[in-house]
Amino acid sequence: MGLFYTFSVKEDVLVVRLSGELDHHEVEKLRESWKEKLYTHPIKHVLLNLEAVTFMDSSGLGVILGRYKEVLQLGGEFVVCSVSPTIRKIFEMSGLFKIIRQEKDEINALVTLGVAS
Amino acid sequence: MRNRMYLEIASMSENESFARVAVGAFISQLDPTMDELMEVKTVVSEAVTNSIIHGYNEEPNHTIEISCHLYDRKFDLTITDHGMGIEDIEIAREPMYTSKPELERSGMGFTIIENFMDSIEIESSIGKGTTIHMTKILSPKKTKVVHE
Repeated sequence: MGLFYTFSVKEDVLVVRLSGELDHHEVEKLRESWKEKLYTHPIKHVLLNLEAVTFMDSSGLGVILGRYKEVLQLGGEFVVCSVSPTIRKIFEMSGLFKIIRQEKDEINALVTLGVAS
Repeated sequence: MRNRMYLEIASMSENESFARVAVGAFISQLDPTMDELMEVKTVVSEAVTNSIIHGYNEEPNHTIEISCHLYDRKFDLTITDHGMGIEDIEIAREPMYTSKPELERSGMGFTIIENFMDSIEIESSIGKGTTIHMTKILSPKKTKVVHE
């Protein structure tokens, strides 16, 4: 099954769309590409779209927390959208929603980050 | 229903998805809910990943054993490695604790297992390995309604 990802830059927001399974095996490659995108563009905020993620475990939490810390350094905000019920449970257990804002979908999230549609 | 299965895999991260899919397929005979199935797959992924990263330090040539027993609606899952063992189980179980922060581990593996399973026991000895024994009681089977 594996993990697929696309990055797009909208104004100062890096939009990360993931699809498939986010586990320890897949996280390594994702981290490299994600970090590269974050520092090769004038990015302030990150929007993570989890709509097409069919599986995620604590390795996914690790990579999200790692990027959250970097976004904090950039003075921006980390927003996650389209979170499925099982993944929401994992987020809640780890207290991630206390630091990462959740939005229903990408369009709503981009509006809150000041990106004109 | 009583049934069992045993699986032995190499300690390679490629096998994380194989292990959770195999266990998921095995418990499907109990018609678990989608939530229960996702919870079990997540738990398998957490335990196998722990063995690979912490037990075997990501060396691929070791063995992880997975055994499953079904007793009616009770599901027993045991995952064993013969790796380095856990020094302090209490600390390892604390939410957000990780012995490998440099690898961006979240430290949530055991917390997720505890939340998704009904019981968890960890046996570990330094230099010999770790066995995690878990059980989950699946919700009563829904009666299937047949429309004619």
